[in-house]
Amino acid sequence: MKKLVFLILVLTLTTSSFAFAETRLKMATTTSTDNSGLLMELLPPFEKQFDIRVDVIAVGTGKALALGENGDVDVVLVHARSAEDKFVSEGYGANRRDVMYNDFVILGPADDPAGLKEAEDALKAMKMISEKKISFVSRGDDSGTHKREKLLWEKSGIEPSGSWYMETGQGMGATLQIADEKQAYTISDRGTYLAYKDKIDLVIQLEGDTERLANPYGIIAVNPAKHQHVKYVHAMALIGWVTSVDGQKIIADFKKDGERLFHPMAVR
Amino acid sequence: MDYILDGFRQALYLIFTFDGEVFNAVFISLRVSFTAIIFASIVGLPLGFLIAVKNFRGKRFLVTILNTLMALPTVVVGLMVYSFISRRGPFGFMDILYTPTAMIIGQFILAVPIITALTISAVQSVDAKVKETALTLGASSRQAASAVIFEAKLGLLVAVITGFGRIIGEVGAAMMLGGNIRGVTRTISTAIALQTSMGEFAVGIALGIILMLIHLVIVALLLNTIFPHFQRR
Repeated sequence: MKKLVFLILVLTLTTSSFAFAETRLKMATTTSTDNSGLLMELLPPFEKQFDIRVDVIAVGTGKALALGENGDVDVVLVHARSAEDKFVSEGYGANRRDVMYNDFVILGPADDPAGLKEAEDALKAMKMISEKKISFVSRGDDSGTHKREKLLWEKSGIEPSGSWYMETGQGMGATLQIADEKQAYTISDRGTYLAYKDKIDLVIQLEGDTERLANPYGIIAVNPAKHQHVKYVHAMALIGWVTSVDGQKIIADFKKDGERLFHPMAVR
Repeated sequence: MDYILDGFRQALYLIFTFDGEVFNAVFISLRVSFTAIIFASIVGLPLGFLIAVKNFRGKRFLVTILNTLMALPTVVVGLMVYSFISRRGPFGFMDILYTPTAMIIGQFILAVPIITALTISAVQSVDAKVKETALTLGASSRQAASAVIFEAKLGLLVAVITGFGRIIGEVGAAMMLGGNIRGVTRTISTAIALQTSMGEFAVGIALGIILMLIHLVIVALLLNTIFPHFQRR
């Protein structure tokens, strides 16, 4: 018995060092790309071809960019254009590339208590929800989706507050479930919504406002001039792969129930 | 409700098919928490023993602090360690953020106060007569000390098991310091958090069952190894 315990200990302590020999690249990305399952399709071919292991840290866009600013990751894949531009212009990021896009949708209970079916665009929809004080669940985590939601409130001249407005501070998946349990309205990227469609009862109540609900994703290498230790060359290899014909084809072919989740942008 | 039953079914399935991803998470959990608990025991057990047997000024204060630290929130430890080992922190150059090493440091900090404080109470609860008897029977002070440790051994083991229980199922620090990277720093507990947020309740419950089974096996092994006659008492 003693030998068995000893053996387990030795095994757990020693085997570790062998497992991590190859090059490791740290990528901070949003929960939407990870939770939807896209990265499980997109990254393995790259890892095999270049013998680089990509460690994915899935957080909101705000935190992903902060990790890049701190030099804690080598590359970021995010969706908040103005924050991305700031990240690059302040010198933290280098070589931003368009990767793909999908769009945001406004989800709500099937019986549509705010009457969004009547709304012509996203701003009107936000107004209707706030005027009727129907429950709305916000990410509240400074993610790309949250940034977009705040922009929509701002543009419609509303400062959301009160018991109808709830901030979860969690990822898209968790927020969808909370909104579903509370039968509230929320905003989601279409990819995550499609991935969760079978698990929730919320339905799309507003979509297609291309001006305000487009959701482009960008990939940015962390600038080696700011952080000398980052694996810039490997990060650029990943950026090259993701925007290559092969990488873009994987994105285009990634479907859920026959519906495409993300549309390639670098190669069409 | 189906997902609870489904969870049990999935747990059995995942265990008996040796599911690669689950197996990996189990392995990472064990490796990280074993390493952390070994280092925490190396520090905590002797420290607790010394504090228990020595008399010095501020002893009560120190014991109070240690007992308070037993309740250290895991996210606070996570944040603290993060700010030290982030690239912008003083130890950023070591490049250990989002590695198992970072998680081991966090869990070590969580476990040390528990092991130390419980060791103190285990040693103090040994009857003072044990030491006196040993000394009157002609034992050296070192022999008297080992007599006390021998009497306190169950309490010491409980200290280590409690510390281990605290860290193996811990999410806050593991998530913040490990980053929940698949196959590298994804432990069973962070995998449960992820599966739940992805709406995969059944898989989450299955992983929870597996975590409890592992803890059961470890505790049973430890008790049987160190106390072969434990059940007979």
